[in-house]
Amino acid sequence: MTAVTETDTAGSERGASLAAVVQRQGAAVVLVLGIVAAWFAFPRFGSPDNLRDLALQGSFLAVIALGMTFVIISGGIDLSVGSVYALGGVLAAYGSQYGLVVAIVLPVAVCALIGLVNGLLIARTKMAPFIVTLASLLFARGLLLALTNEGATTYKVPDGSAFLWLGQGTIFGVGVPVYLALIFFAIGGVVLRRTRFGQSVFALGGAEQSALLMGLPVVRTKITLYTLSGTLAGLAGVLTAAYLQSGVTVLGVGTELDAISVVVIGGTLLTGGAGTIIGTLVGVLLRILIQNVINQVGTLDSNYQTVVSGAFLLIVVVIQRLLARSRRS
Amino acid sequence: MTSWLQNYGVYLAVVVLLLFNVFFTENFLTAGNFRTQLVQAAPVCIVALGMALVIGTEGIDLSVGSVMSVAAALVPLYLGAGPVTAVIVAVIAGVVSGLFSGFLVAHLGIQPIIATLALLVGGRGLALVIAHGQLVQLHNQDFLALGTGDLLGIPVMVLVAAVLAALAGLLVRRTTFGRHLVAVGGNRPAATLAGLPVKRVLMGVYVISGALAAIAGVLSTARLGASDPNDLGLLMELSAITAVVVGGTPLTGGRVRVLGTVFGALLMQLVHATLIKHDLPDSAAQMVQAAIIVAAVYVARERSSR
Repeated sequence: MTAVTETDTAGSERGASLAAVVQRQGAAVVLVLGIVAAWFAFPRFGSPDNLRDLALQGSFLAVIALGMTFVIISGGIDLSVGSVYALGGVLAAYGSQYGLVVAIVLPVAVCALIGLVNGLLIARTKMAPFIVTLASLLFARGLLLALTNEGATTYKVPDGSAFLWLGQGTIFGVGVPVYLALIFFAIGGVVLRRTRFGQSVFALGGAEQSALLMGLPVVRTKITLYTLSGTLAGLAGVLTAAYLQSGVTVLGVGTELDAISVVVIGGTLLTGGAGTIIGTLVGVLLRILIQNVINQVGTLDSNYQTVVSGAFLLIVVVIQRLLARSRRS
Repeated sequence: MTSWLQNYGVYLAVVVLLLFNVFFTENFLTAGNFRTQLVQAAPVCIVALGMALVIGTEGIDLSVGSVMSVAAALVPLYLGAGPVTAVIVAVIAGVVSGLFSGFLVAHLGIQPIIATLALLVGGRGLALVIAHGQLVQLHNQDFLALGTGDLLGIPVMVLVAAVLAALAGLLVRRTTFGRHLVAVGGNRPAATLAGLPVKRVLMGVYVISGALAAIAGVLSTARLGASDPNDLGLLMELSAITAVVVGGTPLTGGRVRVLGTVFGALLMQLVHATLIKHDLPDSAAQMVQAAIIVAAVYVARERSSR
């Protein structure tokens, strides 16, 4: 890996600080421009119904991407989140027949456990996060299939279950998952910026050796990170199951890539050491905006969504890279 | 002991599994079954060969599955001009994809995982756009023979995989490119200082990986008798990486084991077949595959952490 450490030099040079601003706020600027353009181009875009829908769609991915942001800032990666997300949904739908508590606790416990095992393997045996979470991607999907008779059984959430409120309920007309996602992001932001744990995460991503020498709890931090990521992916699954009123087995294929994309688009460096929670939120909104615009165009093949997402991810990464180069030279 | 396992573990595992099946699986020791196993392992094996070269340079190619689907989507468009044209167009698409990833990695210095991730996301979309999201049945017998036919009594797919594996082995062991590749993966700053053509080597491995993925896509399409850009190559990147890693090529680069990779692909196929033949479902096969990946990397980790 070509490690490029991105340390802020207190914005001493004007060019450097401009580059930093573009890198930090580039996605936000594109988002604002995109929203304004969509607002004028498509009459339906600005309708309250559409905006509410967008927020709701974004909230599930946002919860997953929150955990991914932490992991990526630490210099790691979690490929298992898509499968864990689907597994969480199926377990929640299955558990909902035993009441609200089981519907939440069962999936969160199992998904946290998978995250914990990821963390233990990565932190204790020093295996590459990439490969460990790749294995748990397969494992979680296998477990999901085993639970559902190879995907043949779909668990339904019983009608009238209090659990459904988590996904379908609204407060002031806005879906409950949106509020939950915002609350998680607020907590995440505070944890990342204001706690020792958050500092350790940045230190790990900046330079693991130095973090060790500084006496930071490297092993414990890593284990916590991956447990957190698994838990959040499971929670996103819980919310999705409540929203769809069933545990959908085909969910989450490729979601890990969506999550990584939005984190990177939001300005978090894949090399670790730098990133923001707000950036990830912007990344999620951009992803949803692109999807919605393509749907609104109507004549455009919906498959262009993924083409545009891929191209967009690429452009962002190339710009990040070129800015990093220009700042160094 | 550990280093012995690192070097020969995959061969041992294949032999053990073969013996187990010979004794405990009904109808395993038949020519028909062997053909099936080999044919099913062939596409993964072909993709894994390219992946092994990329991993040898300390890179990774996540785009292979999507490149397969692009190749598959192009086949029906050009089959009217004959199977040869269709295959050539598909392989060119693979080469172009490889050039693209290679350029991002070699010239812009973007991390391989993210450069190829973009193509993984966008590539399948592109394939679906080309094919209008449709599965297309194919009827050109000459083309279908690529997937179902025999040559000298050996299935064409298996023959292609074997030839490509031999070529990959020669490339790594006998050519300057191969030596450079290993040097670049082992210590890139040193390779750069020594004046090796680092960028060209990096471009080269991604182009080879793209071309091989396209070939695997074409062969799989011929075997299916249909072009299926929706499903073809899904999770192929994971299978290929698994085969490479299980075969003893370290993710940290600097070493490529071609024969190990071939056996890695065979091992994963055998594991799958063994579980299925003993009435264990797909889900169990997946979980076992996960356990094997972790075990293989755990065994290999001492070398990589040095």
